Amino acid sequence: MAIDGIQVLVRTVTGHEAAILESWLGLLKSGGSLQTGRIREVELQAQARTVFGQLRDALASGESDGHAAPYETLRETLADISRSRAIQGFTPTDTANFVLSLKEPILTALDAANAGDMASLVAGTRAANRLLDGLGLYTMEVFQTGREEVIGRQSQEIAELSTPVVQLWDGILALPLIGTLDSARTGVVMENLLQAIVDEEAEIAIIDITGVPTVDTLVAQHLLKAIAAARLMGADCIISGIRPQIAQTMVHLGVELNVVSKATLADAFALALRRTGRTVVRRAAPAPVAADDRR
Amino acid sequence: MDRIPILKLGGALIVTIQVDMHDRLAMALEEDLTSRIAATGARGVLIEISALEIVDSFIGRMLDNIAAISRVLDAETVVVGMRPAVAITLVELGLTLTGIKTALNVERGMALIQARLDEDGDLGNARASRED
Repeated sequence: MAIDGIQVLVRTVTGHEAAILESWLGLLKSGGSLQTGRIREVELQAQARTVFGQLRDALASGESDGHAAPYETLRETLADISRSRAIQGFTPTDTANFVLSLKEPILTALDAANAGDMASLVAGTRAANRLLDGLGLYTMEVFQTGREEVIGRQSQEIAELSTPVVQLWDGILALPLIGTLDSARTGVVMENLLQAIVDEEAEIAIIDITGVPTVDTLVAQHLLKAIAAARLMGADCIISGIRPQIAQTMVHLGVELNVVSKATLADAFALALRRTGRTVVRRAAPAPVAADDRR
Repeated sequence: MDRIPILKLGGALIVTIQVDMHDRLAMALEEDLTSRIAATGARGVLIEISALEIVDSFIGRMLDNIAAISRVLDAETVVVGMRPAVAITLVELGLTLTGIKTALNVERGMALIQARLDEDGDLGNARASRED
């Protein structure tokens, strides 16, 4: 091919700079990201100007590959923008459109500049498409990574929040489990439980699974491991809070938990008290209030 | 070769493991303990492992063996003071030591053995007490 598309693109972008930028800003404004209220118009304009300026500088190097060295600053700016958009909660469409909406103004400018020269127009269009698509994809990639980081941090926070060990009485611990049990969480739960058994010198630990949505063979195995470890430390476990549906599923799956199991935490607690030689009794009926007043 | 001391207290034998167990030490302990149970007619064996930081499958199996041997010789084994990390390791190794009684500390372990001694009354205890 005789005509270098990137040269055509450089010429057009430098020649029609003002027109392209203005048209792009117009598109961004009507694009909908402003309506969500997540970003102010001034900020959006500043971002667009920076990106466009850096794109022009990078293009001046004559390089057409978006991954090459001249595009380094532009890529960093785009990464910053899309990362902050991921945290601010922009939709993927909004983020991708930020770069992709630049295509329209550039193509229009190319069209106007090379009206008579079909070969130049095609070559320039091709170069512009390749470059802007690459940058758009890069933006999406960073956006995705940013979202994944957010999700990872959240799941870690959830894991930390949801594995408390509570002391119910002298020597009696409760472990209210909430949410799905996977092997990573079971590890944390087990360590917390065993450490609490040592710290509180507990004889009995009640594992309450009211908040566990499903119990399959894997979850049951995890539970059994925790119970076996607690037994090795010299503490007995009681399971409580198995919901009717879960009991059915467990039986149908053939899952067997060979431990004492009680319907509610209260029942389990009563059993634990009995095993440690305590009982709960109702005090003698309190004297009527009227009798007190007369005294 | 060092050996782990075995102490006799009434009808019970007490072993505290305070060094890292290596395989020969474990086997020596198994042998010593067997002969001591037979010699004293002890009814309970208390193994205190709160200082034991590292276990492998061999040590786990040794504990199981000691418990099985003791049972044959009519003594009950109680393992006390296991660390959380050790418990997790044993469970991950698949050694849940189902034949062994466990307790959190020596006090509770002795209470378990004492309960058994009381149950048997003076009759079962006769030989062990006589040798005091």
